[in-house]
Amino acid sequence: MCLAVPAKILEIEGDTAVIEINGVRRSGNVSLIHNPEIGDYVLLHAGFAIQKWSEEDVREFNAITEEMQKLEQT
Amino acid sequence: MNQHQKKDEVILMSHGGGGTRTKSIINDIILKNLGNAILAKLDDAACITVPESELALTTDSYVVQPIFFPGGDIGKLAVCGTINDLAMQGAEPRYLCLGLILEEGLPVSDLEKIIQSMGRVLSATGVSIVTGDTKVVERGQNNGLLINTSGMGVRCPGVDVHVSNACPGDVIIITGSIGDHGIAVISCREGLKFESELVSDVAPLWDLTHRLLKVIPNVHCLRDPTRGGLAAALCDIARTSDAGIRINETSLPVKREVIGACRMLGLNPLNVANEGKAVVVCQQEDAEKALDALRSHPYGRDACVIGVVTPAPAGMVLLETEMGGERIVEIPSGEDLPRIC
Amino acid sequence: MKQFSSHIENIQRLSEKTGRAVKLMEVCGTHTMAAFRSGLRSLLPSNVLLLSGPGCPVCVTAGDYIDRAIVIAHEPNTLVASFGDMIRVPGTDSSLEEARAHGARVLVVYSPLDALNEAIRHPKTQVVFLGVGFETTAPAVAWTIRESKRQGVSNYSVLCAHKTIPPAMAALLRSGDVKIDGFMCPGHVSVIIGSRPYEFICRDYNIPCVVAGFETADMAVSIGILLQQILNHRAEVVIQYSRSVNESGNAEAQAIMNEVFEECDDRWRGLGMIPHSGLRIRKQFAQHDALTIFGNLNIPAPRERPGCICGAILKGTQLPADCPLFRTQCTPETPVGACMVSSEGTCAAYYKYAKYTEHHESASKKG
Repeated sequence: MCLAVPAKILEIEGDTAVIEINGVRRSGNVSLIHNPEIGDYVLLHAGFAIQKWSEEDVREFNAITEEMQKLEQT
Repeated sequence: MNQHQKKDEVILMSHGGGGTRTKSIINDIILKNLGNAILAKLDDAACITVPESELALTTDSYVVQPIFFPGGDIGKLAVCGTINDLAMQGAEPRYLCLGLILEEGLPVSDLEKIIQSMGRVLSATGVSIVTGDTKVVERGQNNGLLINTSGMGVRCPGVDVHVSNACPGDVIIITGSIGDHGIAVISCREGLKFESELVSDVAPLWDLTHRLLKVIPNVHCLRDPTRGGLAAALCDIARTSDAGIRINETSLPVKREVIGACRMLGLNPLNVANEGKAVVVCQQEDAEKALDALRSHPYGRDACVIGVVTPAPAGMVLLETEMGGERIVEIPSGEDLPRIC
Repeated sequence: MKQFSSHIENIQRLSEKTGRAVKLMEVCGTHTMAAFRSGLRSLLPSNVLLLSGPGCPVCVTAGDYIDRAIVIAHEPNTLVASFGDMIRVPGTDSSLEEARAHGARVLVVYSPLDALNEAIRHPKTQVVFLGVGFETTAPAVAWTIRESKRQGVSNYSVLCAHKTIPPAMAALLRSGDVKIDGFMCPGHVSVIIGSRPYEFICRDYNIPCVVAGFETADMAVSIGILLQQILNHRAEVVIQYSRSVNESGNAEAQAIMNEVFEECDDRWRGLGMIPHSGLRIRKQFAQHDALTIFGNLNIPAPRERPGCICGAILKGTQLPADCPLFRTQCTPETPVGACMVSSEGTCAAYYKYAKYTEHHESASKKG
């Protein structure tokens, strides 16, 4: 049961955060990670952040994922 | 005293009764927003004159939930979808028939918005609704409204597109990004909601198609990748043409929001519905001209080549992955459900 | 792309040096799917066999769990909320999808939070969330149970079928059925439990383990690490997925799992009873335990379908091609066993992605 995606915390209020993946925003629960902060990257599974990622982790992820040709929403 | 002086706020069973309430829907909403000389006659059947040509006929029913979604609504979908089915057959869409099944309790203002939305597409495209029907059913699970549209178009002379025409060596083009519509609709579903700037790509494609056909009348195949996504459209072409198709994952245009939503929900953009895109299969030597024609139109700006038709394996669609590996693309069985696994 | 091809070259070089067939098991269903989807399998040398293990929670959920969920879904004023994965899984006679067609209320959700919110929004409806998944998912579900108690959401409950991975791996090894040369351990389960729970595999069975990420490059690197360990006759737990995994895991997540759940013996579809491998809701949360709330339901006795070899496939001892029902009676449209229904299931993955190369794999497996 392993589908989890990296996401960025945009806002936090208590246990709930607004997280963003590639421009898609949802609420997520951050009570399972230690000291979540706005701007943190987290691993999101079933609506819960289960791990924090550093900037370097994000860079590594971006480097190894060659995404399909992306277009900006206009 | 006119008992209907106060405007009805919601659809009632009596709106389907054929009496004054039915007439108020027809006059105040339908004729007001969709009216034309033929429809205004309100005859039992519309009489139209057509030139001596091959006619294309199609029908489709629209049951999308929710009925309003980012970028469109069920009405816009119903008009564009049927226009596009005709366009994909190389036929200029002319006339539509409209069947409305309204649920008791549907706000009349919602119905009005939807009909107005249809009217805007019809004005822009020159297509007319010439006949229709309205029924009302008891309140149920359908968010208020189901639509059927049947359409008639006139085949362009010299154009003979069929799903079976793909030949080895042909080039496969997609007119723009995939997965926009399906993800936009999912974003408003109960239990799955999320926000983004993403909107449905729902659009009428005859103008775009016509521009293509003017420069390449001998296009082999046209298909709009609706239910089942690009995967389903390519599988149909491969099977019906008894040829192979090979597409390249890195060449597929996908918006970053669609990638994000698909990653989150465990969906594959290849399987997600589109309502304003077309798959074009044409000869290799026509590819540049095709791309130029498509890209000159707002709905084809991002057109690109995504693959080729191959002699083998016949009937199969292969995907060369971004890592240089290979896998088979299949039509998804049933609804593609969000997963966490 | 350049970097990736060097990983593949590395795998080729190392596998040649081994001079034999090497059997690696990726435990997690998401790894199975990712390997196929990326075309990684088509790039591996023929002597490196990637077996799929029992890490597909939908596949290993007992048939009577689905039957119970279906019966609950038909109860008045009741809504069953579930991850999409479960909707088409066959029970004894039916599935949740079919039950919905017959009037049962079934809602697909992305998160257990959506189910809890549904319960809060509709206090007169009993909302039952199907708690399926391993340690990646259990903490999230535990949180909703604790929260529903804290907020007094008396109409929210969970039908718990959560399972844990290390005991299943232990059972697999104890059975002696499968000769595995290396394990690719589930990346996201390990985010929660850390890498230490796999150390017994190295220590007691001398089999190397790598905790692998899910991108194609992650898996390619992980296979290389396993091959290198095999060549050097080493057996250690290596964390490849260091972006997300550390040795001790996620303490907050472990704490809430322990607060809400307790360990129990559990039956895995196709594998039988595995001790200490399940989670059940603790007594102090009984008012949110659907098993307690719906205790008196008439559930048909579970019945496996004749011919179905999902159990052997989950153990990695047989391939889908070895099953008489594969692609004949058992297809994604008409699944017999859960290995076909779940998009993570080995059979579903093979059906979708491996038609082309399957005959190569079953031929080399016999070698």
